[in-house]
Amino acid sequence: MTDLWDGLSRAFWLVATLDAELSEIALRSLQVSLGALLVGSAIALPLAALLAVRRFRARRAVIAVLNALMGLPPVVVGLVVYVLLSRSGPFGVLGLLFTPTAMVIAQVIIIVPLIASIAHQSLRDLWAEYHDLLISMNVTQTQKIATLLWDARRALLTASLAGFGRAIGEVGAIMIVGGNIDHATRVLTTAIALETGKGDFALALALGFILIALAIFVNLTIHWLGRTEREGRW
Amino acid sequence: MKSVIAALSALVIASSVHAGEVMKMAVTTSFNNSGLADILLPEIQKDLDLEVQLLVVGTGQALKLGRAGDVDAILVHSRKAEDKFIAEGYGPYRREIMYNDFVFIGPKADGAKIADEVTAAGALRKIAEAEAMFVSRGDDSGTHKKELSLWASADLDSDGFGPWYKAVGAGMGASLNTAAGMGAYIMSDRASWLNFGNKGDMALLYAGDPVLFNQYAYLPVSVEKHPHVKAKLAKQLEAWLVSDRAKELIDTYKINGETLFVFNAKQD
Repeated sequence: MTDLWDGLSRAFWLVATLDAELSEIALRSLQVSLGALLVGSAIALPLAALLAVRRFRARRAVIAVLNALMGLPPVVVGLVVYVLLSRSGPFGVLGLLFTPTAMVIAQVIIIVPLIASIAHQSLRDLWAEYHDLLISMNVTQTQKIATLLWDARRALLTASLAGFGRAIGEVGAIMIVGGNIDHATRVLTTAIALETGKGDFALALALGFILIALAIFVNLTIHWLGRTEREGRW
Repeated sequence: MKSVIAALSALVIASSVHAGEVMKMAVTTSFNNSGLADILLPEIQKDLDLEVQLLVVGTGQALKLGRAGDVDAILVHSRKAEDKFIAEGYGPYRREIMYNDFVFIGPKADGAKIADEVTAAGALRKIAEAEAMFVSRGDDSGTHKKELSLWASADLDSDGFGPWYKAVGAGMGASLNTAAGMGAYIMSDRASWLNFGNKGDMALLYAGDPVLFNQYAYLPVSVEKHPHVKAKLAKQLEAWLVSDRAKELIDTYKINGETLFVFNAKQD
């Protein structure tokens, strides 16, 4: 129990004194996970819309697989990305292993199925509503997708934020592909694992509280920028 | 909505710029936990303008990273595995840098009475006889290999042990946490133990047998196997690690007044 209180007060002082090392790893956490969020959304949202408007043979199978992959184990993703990016692997020449880019790649793989599945759910409902109208207007496939994506933007924001939440709290994959290198690939979650290993539970907990606070802050900021939950609109 | 995307993009694109040369070295958890890296790395940065990025892993994984060419050099402590690494041609040679020692940690009450034993093998036999809980790293690390060789030298087969022998498959710190939680015996390198923050009811019970000495060696990764490795930087780092400057820093490094490492590199 005392560890919890120590953790809270350590977290407070780390933030209050703007600890340089903390700022560095917190910023890197943000960069990696927001990068994964952007890339992941850019892939997952159009994919979800395509799945909603297009009818093709393997559609059901693709949706089922996407849903199943929501529970993709990060450690396995990390290992696969590691093997692919390793110098002795197929993409070794790129020299990406143990860089933040490798961490973004791993997180994108983890969150794309999650974002796509949630997004597809809401786009499907919207498509049921819009179907007759859009068909009667004889718009192209691209226009249909664009319309759906724009009109469902609030629901899609939720889908993307769910992906962000999974990315920023994830440790298994980025530990393997990032390597937790000080001043290069150390982020909040890997730092927590490291401090736990050193037996410094108070500092580990402090970092954990800061991670949670950061996630809340990002969500609030994005909602504020997106002007959701305001009077007269939703 | 567009402002959201624009703001996110701006944040992601803003990235840091590196100055000077960079190389990657895989080191063992025990070396990193000792805190010596925090002393040496800034000095290396200052003297050589070389940023050494550490990948902190077990010896098994460190050698694996070297084999795959994902690091430029490794610093580990498992003679047999190192010799194999060199024999397979993944590294041109090994260079001994320094040593520290392993210690036995256990509950203060010392139920198995290992504190008065003369040899490490004797201490382990006591633990096995008492079937006192023992936490093993179980992760193919240098420390784990050392522990297995000690059981063998005590004429005991660790595969045949009962449930009191717990192979946790984790790093030194995590294993110490487990041992502290269960009140079990464990073998640790001295540095990790001294720097460990969650000692609880545990104490250092046995140390001093010469077989417990733990030799660290530096192995550059073969440039013939992996043409992309930064051999020149690895050479520079090696020269620094065996220099008088490193000797002084290593020999004077202390935790709670205790010396941890003894520099024993052969200097040219």
